[in-house]
Amino acid sequence: MIGTWLDIGPTTQIEPGSARTLPVAGGEEIAVFHTMRGEFYALVNKCPHKGGPLSQGIVHGDSVSCPLHNWRISLRSGEALGEDKGCTPTIPLKVDSGRIFLLREAVVA
Amino acid sequence: MNAQSKIDTAGAERPPRERLVVIGNGMAGCRAVEEVLARDAGRYAVTIFGAEPRVNYNRIMLSPVLAGEKTFDEIVINDADWYAAHAITLVAGDPVVQIDRAAKLVTAQSGRIEPYDRLLIATGSDPFIIPVPGHDLPGVVTFRDLDDVDRMLAAAEKGGDAVVIGGGLLGLEAAHGLSLRGMKVTVIHLMPTLMERQLDEAAGWLLRQELERRGQTILTGANTKAILSADGHVAGIELEDGTRIRADIVVMAVGIKPSTALAKLAGIVCERGIVVDDNMVTSDPDILAVGECVQHRGACYGLVAPLWDMCRSLAGFLTDEANGYSGSVTSTKLKVSGIDLFSAGDFSGGDGAEDIVMRDAARGIYKRVVVKDDRVIGAVLYGDTADGNWYFDLLKKGEDIAPIREGLIFGQAFANGGALADPNSAVAALSDDAEICGCNGVSKGQVVGCINAGAHSLDAVRSTCKASASCGSCTGLVESLLAFTLGGAVESGPQTMCKCTSFTHDDVRRNIVDKQLRHMPQVMQELHWTTPDGCSSCRPALNYYLLCAWPGEYLDDQASRYVNERLHANIQKDGTYSVVPRMWGGITSPRELRAIADVVEKYDAPMVKVTGGQRLDIFGIKKEDLPAVWADLNAAGMVSGHAYGKALRTVKTCVGSEWCRFGTQDSTGLGVKIERMSWGSWMPHKFKIAVSGCPRNCAEATIKDFGVICVDSGYELHVGGNGGIRVRVTDLLCKVETEDQAMEMCAAFIQLYREDAHYLERTAPWLERKGLDWIKGQLFDDPEAVKRLARRFHFAQSFSQDDPWAARAAGDRRDLHSHMAEVRPLHVEYGQAEYAK
Ligand code: SRM
Ligand SMILES: Cc1cc2nc3c(=O)[nH]c(=O)nc-3n(C[C@H](O)[C@H](O)[C@H](O)COP(=O)(O)OP(=O)(O)OC[C@H]3O[C@@H](n4cnc5c(N)ncnc54)[C@H](O)[C@@H]3O)c2cc1C
Ligand code: SF4
Ligand code: FES
Repeated sequence: MIGTWLDIGPTTQIEPGSARTLPVAGGEEIAVFHTMRGEFYALVNKCPHKGGPLSQGIVHGDSVSCPLHNWRISLRSGEALGEDKGCTPTIPLKVDSGRIFLLREAVVA
Repeated sequence: MNAQSKIDTAGAERPPRERLVVIGNGMAGCRAVEEVLARDAGRYAVTIFGAEPRVNYNRIMLSPVLAGEKTFDEIVINDADWYAAHAITLVAGDPVVQIDRAAKLVTAQSGRIEPYDRLLIATGSDPFIIPVPGHDLPGVVTFRDLDDVDRMLAAAEKGGDAVVIGGGLLGLEAAHGLSLRGMKVTVIHLMPTLMERQLDEAAGWLLRQELERRGQTILTGANTKAILSADGHVAGIELEDGTRIRADIVVMAVGIKPSTALAKLAGIVCERGIVVDDNMVTSDPDILAVGECVQHRGACYGLVAPLWDMCRSLAGFLTDEANGYSGSVTSTKLKVSGIDLFSAGDFSGGDGAEDIVMRDAARGIYKRVVVKDDRVIGAVLYGDTADGNWYFDLLKKGEDIAPIREGLIFGQAFANGGALADPNSAVAALSDDAEICGCNGVSKGQVVGCINAGAHSLDAVRSTCKASASCGSCTGLVESLLAFTLGGAVESGPQTMCKCTSFTHDDVRRNIVDKQLRHMPQVMQELHWTTPDGCSSCRPALNYYLLCAWPGEYLDDQASRYVNERLHANIQKDGTYSVVPRMWGGITSPRELRAIADVVEKYDAPMVKVTGGQRLDIFGIKKEDLPAVWADLNAAGMVSGHAYGKALRTVKTCVGSEWCRFGTQDSTGLGVKIERMSWGSWMPHKFKIAVSGCPRNCAEATIKDFGVICVDSGYELHVGGNGGIRVRVTDLLCKVETEDQAMEMCAAFIQLYREDAHYLERTAPWLERKGLDWIKGQLFDDPEAVKRLARRFHFAQSFSQDDPWAARAAGDRRDLHSHMAEVRPLHVEYGQAEYAK
């Protein structure tokens, strides 16, 4: 990935099986997920259905169930799973030496 | 190796030998030299610098040395004779401190200077030390070399307590060794799962149980705050949550970082490790690097297998037969005797990845193979690792497993057994007297007999010949028998809890109690969950069942709670929250009203509304403001109303005999007492109560889960009503004479519902499913039943009646309410970064 990486803090900030939020001045709020299996993902904090805050859903495997109407969203692709159709933008993320980095260009896009 | 003869014969014709200097007398450095010698023994004059004052040994065997299973002599790889035989100069106990790239020479600590033509850096890793206060006290050790082992052995000789910080591979091997040496060991691990990089939750839990059974104390989710001292020596540790643990020795095994300091100082390009190309050459063409200190194609390794590959490529390059290293796939085993554990590849799932899980509770086995596009991409095995290498091999070769998929999880012998690859035919091949169900001693013949006699579903088999009716570990076999006996005609049984299990809600609840299952991963293991960590429908249900079965003991799992219950407020369609404080029996006071009014103004709440449950709802609060709102409400004496929970909601009352001209009893007073008794209790679904002062029923008690209608002669108790889409009027349960009797019956009924209903089943459908007679039977057949149930309810309540808002207002789980950071166009502003308590 070409671009600059934004350090958004240590991985220990997010308990496994949950997500935390990252407001972006002049942009969309981002949800950063930590799965039960120890992976990290970042998505725009907005369900493709009616904009529900995905950060507040139940995380299972590598998907999250939206807290508003229970759509299941893939954390890898942002795609709605099952019957539902829609997609939430994902933000490239990497973990290095215990810290989480997001691709700046995608964050402020 | 016939190295010597090669030197003699070839030496004369060759130009003087090139000088190869190696920094690091460890596993990679020496292996690299061996590989070079094997290819061209006469080419280099080798000098090896080692910081450790000893010959080359097998570092991974330090664990068995610590555990007393091996001696140092037994783990030496190359003894002094080897260096002599190959004319290698070993400078042991004298670390290199500087590399002068321009002059091409290195300087050691002693001042010794050595020129090189080619330099090989193989400095390994440094143990990571968390910089908490006290980290440099005597008695705090790492686990990297023989000196560390000696320090641990010296401490173990005196006995006492050891704390190991870090529940990864190294930490657990240290803990095992110290525990075998007689110390009382506590392992502190930051993450909820031991070895979380190698294991999933299910396997991590099995491992933990086994270690605890062996007497170790394992604390997960535990963050070390400080190391404590007494008389200048380590005396214990303190955790973030204030817990203190005694210790005579503290082992820090929280991770390693590539040892790059020397290379960095010399201006060689380093990122996480020393950056090398496929020939292990660094940014300086005369300097190579190998082992844990390098970073190759972005990856740093912490295991030995990659070193062997790296050393082969490096030696090829140094002897002009470059073959290029392309990275390694690694697998892990834990060297703790009696524990079989294997992990390889990627088991984090992912799009299109599918888990094949097999669990055998009786033998403590958990196997999970992750398959994607008909290839094995990961495996985690616990209890039976015989097929670990086979899966690893399939993974590395990327073999197409479609033809053996059905039998894959049963292992190599089975999967390669041709016709037997189909589990149904495997079962068909069993003899008639082969035992299927060990618990009830049922043979294959008996199961087939009862299927042929009409038991066409799993449940029918269970209730006729009892196969799979107890522990359930043979469920898969019985299902296969059904499938092959009936062809396609298997009837689906009663609804299973979810797609992760073949058990029904009732089965799960019964097993939790009968088999004393106390943790979610334990339930999943014992009941053969087919997914590694459940789904969004079974996790909340299991969390509730465990909470109900083991009050005061089971630790609520927040990750298994729906957002409303996790945040103790109702999420709204715009992502804000509504806040409903309790108003006992619908009664309020100027003080409460003033506090609510103040909150509405202070936090700019767009609306405040009187609810249908006789209390006030404040709308539009942001999740960041919730703790402050709760603090303000707490200050006025108000607590959470649980309007968000599968819990007691409201107790509606009417004014009753205190004011009303028709009132027969103090319905308001009784309602308040009942609410004080039952608030805070977690239930299968929401639970509503009402108390009306006479049969005019102003509090609508006959459409509540539990309703009281006061009459002159006492109290009519009604159950199983609700409003909602399908309104159901209550059934009369009984009539009692006193308030105390009414309260006791209420507690008993709630407890019966809590212990029996399925998760997300309200009292109305529950009652219709079980029948009013069953419920009456449970309560009245045994004269002691009501007392017993009420007692269990009160016991559970003794743990659940503290206001969840108060803890949050005081700062608990601030991570749930705060942003992790904030991004302004050009920089990041960090939020409160503390980790959950
Ligand atoms: C706030 C309130 C409406 C109001 O402004 O009056 C309300 C609001 C909601 N009700 Fe209700 N119900 C409210 C009283 C009622 C009542 C009246 C009562 O309790 O006497 C009923 C009918 C009685 C009953 O429950 O049997 C009622 C029957 C429902 C139902 C249908 C229940 C059923 O078993 O069929 C739902 C849906 C559900 O729970 O699945 C529901 C669900 C909801 C939810 C939680 C919808 C949701 O899932 O988000 C609403 C939450 C709003 C919020 O964010 O706060 N609400 N709801 C009332 C809060 C009472 C309180 O103080 O806690
Ligand atoms: C207790 C323990 C158990 C392990 N168990 C396993 C296991 O089961 N399986 C597995 O695959 N891996 C295991 N490992 C990891 C394995 O030991 C390492 O991957 C391997 O040793 C790395 O080899 P290396 O040569 O890169 O580093 P090392 O073996 O550490 O060698 C580096 C050497 O360089 C020396 N050195 C550093 N700086 C200088 C300097 N400036 N001058 C001179 N010398 C210097 C160091 O003192 C050290 O001796 C274990 C490790 C430990 C500590
Ligand atoms: S009808 Fe309602 S308000 Fe009137 S007496 Fe009965 S309980 Fe009281
Ligand atoms: S907004 Fe997410 S499911 Fe409706």
